[in-house]
This record gives sequence, structure tokens and C-alpha cells, in this order.
Amino acid sequence: MRIAFLSDIHGNREALDACLAHAERRKADRLVFLGDLVGYGADPVYVVDKVREAMAKGALSILGNHDEAAARGVTTGMNDYARAALEWTFRELDADSRRFLADLPMKIEEDDRIYVHSEASAPLSWAYITDVATAERSLRSTNHRITFCGHVHKPQLYHMQPQRPPLLFVPQGSTPIPLMASRKWLAVQGAVGQPRDHNPLAAYTIYDTDTNELSFQRVSYDIDATAQKIHAANLPQILAARLFIGR
Amino acid sequence: MTHQRLQTGSILDGFTIGEKIHSGGMATLWRVTKPGVDVPIVMKVPTILDGDDATIIVGFEMEMMILPRLSGVHVPKYYAVGDFARQPYLVMEYIQGQSLFSFIDRAPLPPDEIVALGAKVATALVDLHRQNVLHLDIKPSNIMLRESGEAALIDFGLSRHLFLPDLLEEEFRVPMGTGPYIAPEQIFKNRSDPRSDIYSLGVLLYYLATNVRPFGVPQAQSSLKNRLWRDPVPPRRLNPEIPPALQEVILRCLEVDPEQRYATPAQLAFDLANMSQVPLTERATRMERNSYFDAWKRWFASLGAQGGPQQPRATQNNLAPIIMVAVDLSVEMEPLWEELRANVKRVLATMPGVRIACVNVLKLNRLTINYALDESGRNVHVQRLVELKEWARPLGLSQERITFHVIEHMDPAVALVDYAKMNHVDQVLIGARASSTLRRFLGSTSSQVVAEAPCTVTVVRAPITSGAVEMAADAETARADSP
Repeated sequence: MRIAFLSDIHGNREALDACLAHAERRKADRLVFLGDLVGYGADPVYVVDKVREAMAKGALSILGNHDEAAARGVTTGMNDYARAALEWTFRELDADSRRFLADLPMKIEEDDRIYVHSEASAPLSWAYITDVATAERSLRSTNHRITFCGHVHKPQLYHMQPQRPPLLFVPQGSTPIPLMASRKWLAVQGAVGQPRDHNPLAAYTIYDTDTNELSFQRVSYDIDATAQKIHAANLPQILAARLFIGR
Repeated sequence: MTHQRLQTGSILDGFTIGEKIHSGGMATLWRVTKPGVDVPIVMKVPTILDGDDATIIVGFEMEMMILPRLSGVHVPKYYAVGDFARQPYLVMEYIQGQSLFSFIDRAPLPPDEIVALGAKVATALVDLHRQNVLHLDIKPSNIMLRESGEAALIDFGLSRHLFLPDLLEEEFRVPMGTGPYIAPEQIFKNRSDPRSDIYSLGVLLYYLATNVRPFGVPQAQSSLKNRLWRDPVPPRRLNPEIPPALQEVILRCLEVDPEQRYATPAQLAFDLANMSQVPLTERATRMERNSYFDAWKRWFASLGAQGGPQQPRATQNNLAPIIMVAVDLSVEMEPLWEELRANVKRVLATMPGVRIACVNVLKLNRLTINYALDESGRNVHVQRLVELKEWARPLGLSQERITFHVIEHMDPAVALVDYAKMNHVDQVLIGARASSTLRRFLGSTSSQVVAEAPCTVTVVRAPITSGAVEMAADAETARADSP
């Protein structure tokens, strides 16, 4: 089975469609959405509908902090432009879509893998994985061999032997990486809809359960179209500008 | 970890365990057989001690990660891998042939043999680096010479794949490598420079040439660093039989600063295949080591130097390619010469590390005996070489960056393609005559090179003016009109 992991779409229709088409050409036969379907971008309704459609065909989806905030209209702890976008998103979504978001699970466990939006040790506190220490806390909290998460918008891969601290690998290109069974792995997805690793291309991964190989993918999409819609919706301009530089 | 006891006769995952052929500190090798596999294969099993030595385990993980991703004649063919949770192992081809280790007994070897062996190992490194893997433990016992003649590299336990996680990064309390062969940057824990393999090959060539290891056998980590400031005794001082060009090659491999070494194994292989054209510098004639005072200055200057893991260097061939320029010196090609030079200049402008090999084919006639002199009594081969150098003179390249080759052959296209293959050429520039119906029908040298070359081929044409296009069209029309 070839699973495509898509995280942090953030209402970016063009990036989502580009990644889905890219994954289909690479024979992904399963989709897993790792949270933050909405927030920031101008197409929350389209993205929610698209994900619900995929779930009807077997895709999995978990809850992100922006999904929770958009569903409940509660934006405590968010910065100004995130809050502005979420309040707008809350109004755009109908009650049914909000209920769908609110009902998404915090985590899903499947075989030797766990899927969670932020990290595995305390998913509800939405902590960020930014370094070896935060990665270690997540890795030690679970018995699953591979953790898939998103939330920080920067692709990272941590690997750890039982008695040692983890190591960080910053993915270089899309060479498939064997996730050696002798270690635990934490695969932090880049963002589909708002990359922040100084690379504006949409990011997602494909994991092949037969070969046990993970490949980090980058996909170009029509950023101009996405940015124009953000302007047209009167969302904060920075949300459009940052897409062009991937920050 | 629970491991079943392996012994001759037991069966693991369909492999029948045969004779134990090696038992060392790191791993045990068993001959194995499996129905359906009719070549000799071996199973490599890590020696896991009670102390759970992490370096052995991680080195084995590294090999399990890298070997299945390698292919070609210069590595053992991979067959199977066993899971760490049950019984870790690797099954690979048993390479029949001779370990380079056995050549050490005969050192010093004749210079020609050293050059030939060096070219074989460099060629194996070309193939490995093209697969984005650095060996990082090049030494005699890790090189096999196949019965078919090619060098094959074995033991990838310290290797590095440039696009995969470096599992050994965490084992970095001590430099990893083999004391006599380790490159200076590896001592500083840099495991991402392809030129480290060139350094180790330089140590090996030095050893074969002199029967002495250039830096001895360091017993302590601190003495490893001596190679940073004290140069080795020039090999010609130990063995006067060594030609200056070979000393040049060996000492260039052994430069402390990777920037001063060959940029790629392809460039090293190129020099070893063309020893008469190796540009000689002060290294070729050096007879003394640097002084203690100089060593002290270098030691002092190195204080505070930082080491540690580095981002991998970009695939080296993009930075320092070998470009072959096929120059046709016949009169009707003269209009193309300037265009061909213009294309070479464009390449030179973008890639400072590039090496240019100018090649001309002296076509032999299959009906007459080979002739060495033309009708006016001049040596044809030498004459061609002079003309080739004259063609290249406007490029203004120093001798380290350009070489000249006149090849005698009956079929120019075959000669050019063979040359490109033998010398690991990255790109061919070749001129094409203006198209004509006849040539399209018969096929041209350039189109045959395009079809068969092992690399990118750029076909250079003289710019076509609109007048020429009309004339060609008229000619085609006239031909079509004729009955």
C-alpha cells in the first residue's frame, strides 16, 4: 500500500489539487490528512468538501488546531492574522462542515504507525516539533515505530535507536528513504498549503508499506491564483505574500 | 534482540548455511545457497557482543540501507536482508577474484601496474559516486579484483548515501575510518566529501608504489592528525623507479585541502589513463618533505579549526565534469571550428572545474596498410596533434584543464563513443555538417555518437542564415522536380 500523507492544507485549493494529482500519478492508493484543513486560505469550503469526499472512499483525517478553532469559533492563543482568518473561516463554513471538523479524531493508530497533527506525547497541547528535544519527547511517548505528524510546516525526519537521543535528517530531494526497522521514526510533514521552509513548493510525503520507504515530495502549484483569492476575501495580505517565499 | 545460533547446515529464510569463510570482530561470513540462485553467495552476519556495541550495529544498519540501493559490476550484487528484530544479515554475491590486500606483499609494484590498478579503483569510485554513495573506508582489504578485471568495492559499513540519513552521525565520539587511510576531513568528522575517497586511494597508491604507508599506522587519535601538517616523504625518494607523473598523481590525491585534490574520481581516472598528459607541477619533482618549521606553522594555523557533520557536497560531476570535444580537422568543417570553440567557452564560463579533452580521429583505411607518413613525408599523427592544439589555442586554457588525443581508428563514431566510455566523459560536444539528403540517408558520425554515447551529447551546427535556408529549399525542390 502506498499512503500519501497531506498536512496543513489551510484552505489552499490549488496546492491541494496539485498534490492530489501528483500523488495519483505516483500510484498512491490511500490518503491520510494530518490536520489543519482550514485556516489562512480562502477555500475552506472546497477543501472540507474534497476531504469528506476522499473519506467516503477510505481516506483518513485527523483534527488540527485550526480545524478545532474554526469549528468552535474559539481562537484563544492565535496570533492576529490567524485569528482574522479563522473568524472569516468560521463564517464561511456551514454548521454541517463545522460539525464534521469538530468530530475529527485527535489521533489514529494503524499497524506500527500513529498519525497525529502536532506530536504524540500530548496531542491536545498542540506543541511544535522544532528540534531533537521536542522530537525525543514525542518518540518516547509512543510504542509505534513510525509517527506521522505535521503542524510546523517544515519537513523533518527524526530517527532514534532505543538507548540514544534522536537524530535529525533534513530531507534532500525525493529519494525514497528506508525506515530501518531497528529504529523509531518521526516523520514531520511539510505543509501542503503554506510551506515555511523557504521553499514555496507544496509539500507532502508518500510512504510505501511494502518497501518500508518514505519519500518527501514537493509540488508546484498556481500560487498567483491562491494569492488573488486571499486578497479578494480581504484576508490579511501577509497570508498571500508568504506563499511566494515559503515563509 | 534474540538471535538463533547459525551453523553449517541450518536454514534461515530459505538460505542453507554452508561453510564459515570469515570470522572477524565486526561480522561473520558464511557461504550460503538457495534454490534458484546459481551464483556463489555469502551471508554476512554482524558480530553482536553482549556489550551491544553500537558502532557495529549502526555500521551494519548503514550497509543494510546502502547495499540494496547499489547496482553494477563495481559492487557485490545484493540478494536479501534480514530484519534486526529477528536475525540481522545481508546476503550478497560472493565476488570471485583477488583481494587487493594480496598485492601489498609484492609492493613496490612496477609503476605501470600501479597505474592500471589505480585506474580500476578510480573507475569503481566513479560508478559508486554516480549512485550518490561515498565509500569512506577505501583500503586494500575492501577492494576485490574480479576475474573479469574490474575492481569491486566491498564493506559499506562506514559509507554514506548523500540523500539518506547518516545513521553513523551519532557515533561521532571518534573519527571513523581506518587509521592509515583516513582523510583529514574525516578526522574532523566530516562524512560528506566525495574527495575523501580520493585521498584514501592516494594512500593506497603510495603504499603500492613504495611499500611504506605515507603516514604509518597511527596508534592514537592524536597521531592521526599528523597528516594535517607533515607531508609524506615524496614517493620517488623511496622508490626512484616511480615516474614524476605518478608522483604528481599520488601527491595530488594526498593534498590536505580537498580543494587541491582531484575534484572527482573521473578526473583521477582520466589522468591515470593518460599518464603522458598529466600536467606536472612542483609535486612531480619534490624530493623532500616539508620542514618541521613548516609543519609547526601549519599546526599553529590549524588551531581552533572546527569539525563536525556537514551538509553533503552537491553531486560532484555537476561542478567538475569532463567534457570531450570531438574536433574534425578536415577543411570542409572549418566553418564550424569557431562555433565549436564558442560552445566550449560557454561551458568554461559556467563550470570552473571542467576539464576539456580534445579528440580527433585519424581515420584508417581498411584497404591499405597503416601509414605513418603522408605524401610529403610528415608524421601524420604528430601533424594532427599539432593542428588540434592549434585549434584549441584561442581558448587560452592552461595545461591542467585541457588534453589532446589523436585516435587512429577505422570508424570515427565507434572511436569517439569508446573514448567517452573509457574516460567517464560527462558531455560530448561534436560538430555536425549541414544536413543533406545523402547524409540523412547514410547516417553521420554525429548522429551515431548521439545514439550510442553514454552521456549527454551536444551537436554543434554553424548558424544557418536565411539565404542558406532558401538555397537548401531550392535544392530540395530541384531534386524533387527532377524525374
